[in-house]
Amino acid sequence: MWPDPDLKVASLVSNGQHPKSGRSRRASQDARAVELGLKMAGAASRVIHVGDGDREGGLDQYLGMGLPEITLLNADEQADAVPVLLEYLKGASFDIVLTGVHAEQGEASGMVPYLLAEQLGWPLVSHIADIRKVEGGRAEVLQALPRGQRRLLRVPLPFIATVDSAAADARQYAFGAARRGRLVDAITDAPVDQARQEWTCAPAKPRPKRLHVAKAKSAADRFKAATAKPQGQGGSVIREGTDQEKATAIMELLVSEGVVR
Amino acid sequence: MSDTPRRNPRMEWILRNRLHPEHEMLAAARNGPTRGPTGLLRKNPHAVGFIGPHGIRRIDRSAGLSGGASGSSSGGRGRSTGAKVELPLHRVDNPDFYVAVVVDLVAGRLSSHDRDILGQARLLVQGAEEQGAVVAVALGEAREANFELAGADRLVSLTELNGRPLSGYCPEHRLAVLEAVESQLAPRFWLFPDSIHGGADLGSRLSARLGERPAVHAWKVDAQQTVCRGGTQRTDWHRPTARVLLLAEECALPVDETRHEAKPIELDTLPDVSALIEDLGPVDVDPSKIALGEAEFILSAGNGIRDWDQFHAVATALGATEGASRVAVDDGHMPRGRQVGATGTWVTARVYVAVGISGAIQHLQGIGQCDKVIAINLDDSCDMIKRADLSVIGDSQAILGELLRLAAARQDNPDTASDDAATDMTEEARHVA
Repeated sequence: MWPDPDLKVASLVSNGQHPKSGRSRRASQDARAVELGLKMAGAASRVIHVGDGDREGGLDQYLGMGLPEITLLNADEQADAVPVLLEYLKGASFDIVLTGVHAEQGEASGMVPYLLAEQLGWPLVSHIADIRKVEGGRAEVLQALPRGQRRLLRVPLPFIATVDSAAADARQYAFGAARRGRLVDAITDAPVDQARQEWTCAPAKPRPKRLHVAKAKSAADRFKAATAKPQGQGGSVIREGTDQEKATAIMELLVSEGVVR
Repeated sequence: MSDTPRRNPRMEWILRNRLHPEHEMLAAARNGPTRGPTGLLRKNPHAVGFIGPHGIRRIDRSAGLSGGASGSSSGGRGRSTGAKVELPLHRVDNPDFYVAVVVDLVAGRLSSHDRDILGQARLLVQGAEEQGAVVAVALGEAREANFELAGADRLVSLTELNGRPLSGYCPEHRLAVLEAVESQLAPRFWLFPDSIHGGADLGSRLSARLGERPAVHAWKVDAQQTVCRGGTQRTDWHRPTARVLLLAEECALPVDETRHEAKPIELDTLPDVSALIEDLGPVDVDPSKIALGEAEFILSAGNGIRDWDQFHAVATALGATEGASRVAVDDGHMPRGRQVGATGTWVTARVYVAVGISGAIQHLQGIGQCDKVIAINLDDSCDMIKRADLSVIGDSQAILGELLRLAAARQDNPDTASDDAATDMTEEARHVA
């Protein structure tokens, strides 16, 4: 089934940053989006980047995944990426636009896909793990839920999806493929993000740990709070009855908690 | 006669002398509040405690915690007597503005993250000069969600919109409800938990719809200034407080000193939405592929298990992730990666079933964050039974066998499985009789 040559898939990628060393790299979720795009549309999948086109900033690593080219929408660091992308996406006709959930640098608000979806009037699916199939103008999307769970959604094309870290790992990048890949510039005029100019950015301060404060009135209460073993408020205990009744009681609780369907 | 209070030395002497025949009578008469010579209310420091069996005064300072003679302590003023304390009710009659909090309600309960956000909303209300009210917006079924104690003055609770239940993935419907709240109440702030349970998604959708620029990963918020964590946790962004806030965990302390009204608000107009995204329901995942630390439902085995094949079969039939106690792992029945407890994995399961585990303190620490614990054990005095919400005393092999049968019956016929089990049971009871 995959790759589907008729499907027009675009991935929006950003420059990443290693969480510990701060070194430039491909952003992990964006790379997963590229990987999903490559799986669905092969070499026909497009990759779009808004920035100054510094290849060392992570673009080389995307190109090294086997992409022939990346569409570069020129903008400097102070620019707002949303109007630029909006204009470009309106001009092109994509079926599926993939992004990561959050960027790895800067504000990382994760708002770009939401703003694009709102202004294009497309549906948005967040935190996807995979796209199973596309048929009849609709896609079946596997959404990643907390605790390793998955949910199946059906969305009409065109749509925007944010790719979760639960999606398939991005392939290894290669030096030769990165050298062969090209950046295709598109001339844009990007407005400056004015609101952001007034904010200040500082290295992250460690957040204070929350202390467990015992709000006890007397010394005996405080002692008790400090030494008490973690205990429940005394649940129900079933001693009598057949094994079947006991098992039924357990099953009822499991069903009412919704863990057994 | 003058109003000057006069001492009665004889009465005082009788009151001091417990053995005097008139002592009891006079002491009973003087139990009420005493006034000093100037009319000041006096506290009698000698009126604490009670006289023990050997004629020695006993003062119980345990505040009812020791469970011993607390019931007979008398006159212990100023001490909490262990009774349930009724928190003072915070009333807001005519709020000038609202602060809306959209809670996640994971599995129908307020998570600790939700409570933190409600605490932050309380701080924002307290900081303002006008009188404000915190509105909790609860979309979907709420169970055991104690909005009064969590700090909600008002409550917008919807379980369905135009006949479509607000469960599963329905961001368009939820967004429509929030827009209705916006048009009716026009909250000063919108607060969302920045969580993977849907809070971040819904908050981003609302801010895109309202055209507001949200503060995301905000962890230090007041009415003017906000500090947000940037990408990969490496930067802090100081910015003016936005109208839509997506708040990190532990951004504020939860409300715990007041009770609130949680008065329901009815929405005047319920919007009509046609959703583009269709929810086809959850997909079965292989429970053994889920990491133990994030599994939702764990069936854990201990020293009490004899038939390990049966245990694995039950875990498969129930769709539970397998765990084990240290003893079971040391004996080689389970791999080390499945060990639950302080020396293995700290689990966060919502439901934890402990089969044949007596509950060493390291194990109980490891399951500290679990919501519901079910214990199956032969020994009804073990620590696991004290921790568990539901304990079943009996042979684990027999009970697991019955569970296996029930699970198989449910899979064959999910709707009537419980009825079948009930009829089976009556039949079996008849055979036994």
